[in-house]
Amino acid sequence: MSGSMEFLLWTKGPMFDIALAIFAIGLFARLAEIFLLGRKPNYAEPRAGEWLPGLRTVFTRTIADPGTFQRASFNVVVGWVWHIGFLIALLLFVPHAELIKGLFGIAWPALPNPVVDLVTAITLIALVATLVHRLTHPVKQRISTIEDYLVWTVVFLVVLTGYLAYHRLVNPYPVALGMHILMAEILLIILPFTKLTHIFTTFIARWYNGAAFGRKGVQS
Amino acid sequence: MPVRKTPDKTLGESLRDHGLSRRGFLKFCAATASMMALPPSMVPVIAAALDAARRPSVIWLSFQECTGCTESLTRSHAPTLEDLILNIISLDYHHTLQAAAGEAAEEARLQAMEDNKGEYLVIVDGSIPGPDSNPGFSTVAGQSNYDILMETVEHAAAVIAVGTCAAFGGLPQANPNPTGARSVMDLVKDKPVINVSGCPPIPMVITGVLTHYLTFGRLPELDAYHRPLAFFGQSIHDRCYRRPFYDRGLFAESFDDEGAKLGWCLYRLGCKGPSTYNACATMKWNDGTSWPIESGHPCLGCSEPSFWDAGGFYEPLSVPITATSGAILAAGALGAVVGGAATVLAKKETKTIVAHRQPVTVEELEDKL
Amino acid sequence: MSELTLERGLAAFRAEIDAPTAAFFSSCVHCGICAQSCPFYLETGDPKYTPILKLEPLRLVWENEFTLWGKLKGLFGLQQKVTDEMLAEWEELLYDSCSMCGRCSLVCPVGNDLAYMIRKSREGMVQSGHAPEGLIAASVRAIQTGSPMGLQWKTLAVQIKHVEDSTGMEVPVDKAGVDYLVLLSSMEIINFPEYLEAIAKIFDHAGVTWTLSTQCFEATNAGIQIGNKDIAAQLVERVVAAAEKLKVANVISPECGHAYTAIRWEGPNLIGRPYPFRVFHIIEVLDELRAAGRIQTEGMESDRLSMHDPCNLARKSGVIQQQRNLMNLVADNFVELKEHGKFQWCCGAGGGVSSNERAEPLKLAAFKRKKAQIEEVAPERMVTMCATCRTQLEEGLEEFNMEIPVVGLTEMIADHLVEKEAREHE
Repeated sequence: MSGSMEFLLWTKGPMFDIALAIFAIGLFARLAEIFLLGRKPNYAEPRAGEWLPGLRTVFTRTIADPGTFQRASFNVVVGWVWHIGFLIALLLFVPHAELIKGLFGIAWPALPNPVVDLVTAITLIALVATLVHRLTHPVKQRISTIEDYLVWTVVFLVVLTGYLAYHRLVNPYPVALGMHILMAEILLIILPFTKLTHIFTTFIARWYNGAAFGRKGVQS
Repeated sequence: MPVRKTPDKTLGESLRDHGLSRRGFLKFCAATASMMALPPSMVPVIAAALDAARRPSVIWLSFQECTGCTESLTRSHAPTLEDLILNIISLDYHHTLQAAAGEAAEEARLQAMEDNKGEYLVIVDGSIPGPDSNPGFSTVAGQSNYDILMETVEHAAAVIAVGTCAAFGGLPQANPNPTGARSVMDLVKDKPVINVSGCPPIPMVITGVLTHYLTFGRLPELDAYHRPLAFFGQSIHDRCYRRPFYDRGLFAESFDDEGAKLGWCLYRLGCKGPSTYNACATMKWNDGTSWPIESGHPCLGCSEPSFWDAGGFYEPLSVPITATSGAILAAGALGAVVGGAATVLAKKETKTIVAHRQPVTVEELEDKL
Repeated sequence: MSELTLERGLAAFRAEIDAPTAAFFSSCVHCGICAQSCPFYLETGDPKYTPILKLEPLRLVWENEFTLWGKLKGLFGLQQKVTDEMLAEWEELLYDSCSMCGRCSLVCPVGNDLAYMIRKSREGMVQSGHAPEGLIAASVRAIQTGSPMGLQWKTLAVQIKHVEDSTGMEVPVDKAGVDYLVLLSSMEIINFPEYLEAIAKIFDHAGVTWTLSTQCFEATNAGIQIGNKDIAAQLVERVVAAAEKLKVANVISPECGHAYTAIRWEGPNLIGRPYPFRVFHIIEVLDELRAAGRIQTEGMESDRLSMHDPCNLARKSGVIQQQRNLMNLVADNFVELKEHGKFQWCCGAGGGVSSNERAEPLKLAAFKRKKAQIEEVAPERMVTMCATCRTQLEEGLEEFNMEIPVVGLTEMIADHLVEKEAREHE
């Protein structure tokens, strides 16, 4: 017998374990792949240390410089909106906060549901905007690959199914919730093997960038 | 031998014999109609149908169960529709309720089957050790549950699985399911099976289903789990009086915090209301007195399949069932080893490449000019 | 005889992949913002000049050979391989349309240091035989004659003579144990002879001991521009040998951007050891002298001046405040370009573009970004401190009929030195 509840329990049980295992193995493999490559020793006399400028860039690069903001405001703003929206929905929605607490024992305050609901709606609109931009901007058209569209689809479906489940727009509810969990699991599974890795490697990349520039006396 | 035979009286006659007034009867019909979400115009139809209906013979089989379902039916308070319903059917066999014992009791079952071939209803509570299980796990009069079930349903009109054990396997089927417990639906494939799940099920739902059967001569509309839609069509969450708190994001976070005292949503305390389909929120228990959420306890999701294995009762719905942070760490460590090994190999390769990297000479460059 | 092949190119790509490269490629989300920082894209509007796209060959080698996923793809024959045809197509992208200005590295939201990887990619391009002719010729000349322009010491000797005649000062040559070994760039010697005279005057004024070396006067490094370690290392070794022979504690890189980054940042790594001396850009030295009160100036330039920061000096080496201190010493009416310092825009000629005749139209196109910046503040003259930038600014402004002269900062300082006699009278 395989009904909606069995589907939900499968996504919450074995499938979640599989997804998490692939995610953890893949991600750590990826990180090992990066770090073990190492860097060649640098004999040039530094102007400054690497750690502090590196760490500073990890944070500062989140905000575009004024010139870039002006030249690519749509790209920057929409990117910001959906990233922040996604993070809010991911970390500050009560069921998600409970999931993290259940898994890792770390808890933090969550936002009231209507707030997350609004944020999610905005995120969905922003995600559609990013797709339109990707399909129409000459640079993005030229550099986009199948992977970009695949990742967009998965991310969009994660948010969309979450939205549908919250509003109970799909019946029965275990199907709605199961679809959402399954999409999130697909996201976890593809994360280490696609550009989604940037969720983690961005901070490494930024650090290397900041360190290299900082060493030469420039805060990047 | 006091073999009970299906009386020849109609249901209406039988009820009047029991002192039920016409007014009371109509009231019962109206309540039943509203409970089953039927329009008021159906009340006379129900009344007429019930009035003329013959009391059906019912055989109640109890297998791997706790008698909670029977308790639920019989211990409800007066004035009970349940009482009435027990009077409007001819309950020819029921371990707990019947006066007969031993061979007489079994004889009653066989007699009822014989007399009402093709017309009797079978109600089952409790799960059944499957055909591949040790038949000795659960027997009645030396006969395995499985054999009794198959023998009894053979000429039944329909089977009603009462309680989550009968409907979905319930507690006996919970991991690791030592008896190989199966639900009625798993085993009975050639008869209509209707599931009235719940641990225990709401008594009125059982009467509702019987009434429907008597009124319309067929089983009510069912959901994907063979549950009557009239009672299982909406989730606890959708009809919960605490729902506004959920919508506003107001949650109790422990059983004695301010939120709990103010009656806020119990999601964070593990309420499975959002994914549970049952009528508790509207019909309540103990004659409409209260229901679990109203008394401050999260819904356990008892009317859903596998509710024992669906994660901790006090874990919120969003928490995965089996994954632990330790397992994630272990997987991560494995990943680091795999990735590390791959990189070390790649690096070794690269090192030889670098070692064999041929320096570019000016002559080679000149060649390109 | 051995030749440059695809196999050697791929080996060179492999040898270049390190942790930062892997982190960068892992992080790219194809947002396309790097294009908004690239003068070659912005001024041509052709999306093929998007910086991250220029790195595709290196990225493919990384994905195919340094990731688990890429190797899995390989098992199913799904890898896209780097081919000779691809590299031939990418030659224009990696050389003609990239001045390695590093602006994209500063703008990339995920922090990718794209210029760092362009430099790496060029290693593979050279080894596979896909470097532009102009840069190959410059590299060959640099190795064979000591100068990428084929300039000989005798040409410089004539100029030294000329400076000595006009100033009455001695230009020190092969003096051991002095404070500074001064390097020059061929382009300066040919296009801007005033530079040598200017430092002779300033060092005399400040009482600094210095010398030129007959063994090595050339600071530029064609090996860095073409992107080959072997050539680059040989050129750096010449400087190191000259400095060690003369036992100087400091080496001064001239008003040339890439020469400075080559010897300051890449040099020690090319030869695999730290230097026994320190390296400065002339502007750093001048600002130190200024700070120490060893430069006395008089009079101010009163016309409206603006300044072009060379990428190699500002963004890529952190020399940003120094040139402003010096400007303020001698200029009354100095106005900054809108985006300056680490966020300045490239003139379009760096990274070997100017040595690559084929890239002439692109070089001019990229200049339009600078031109627009200059038009925005409408200065009467431009000041800069890199011979390549200066040449590009002069040629570009002329092309667009803009009557804005370009001057070197060192010369401008030299013009305002208090006369020695006057100082002695005080």
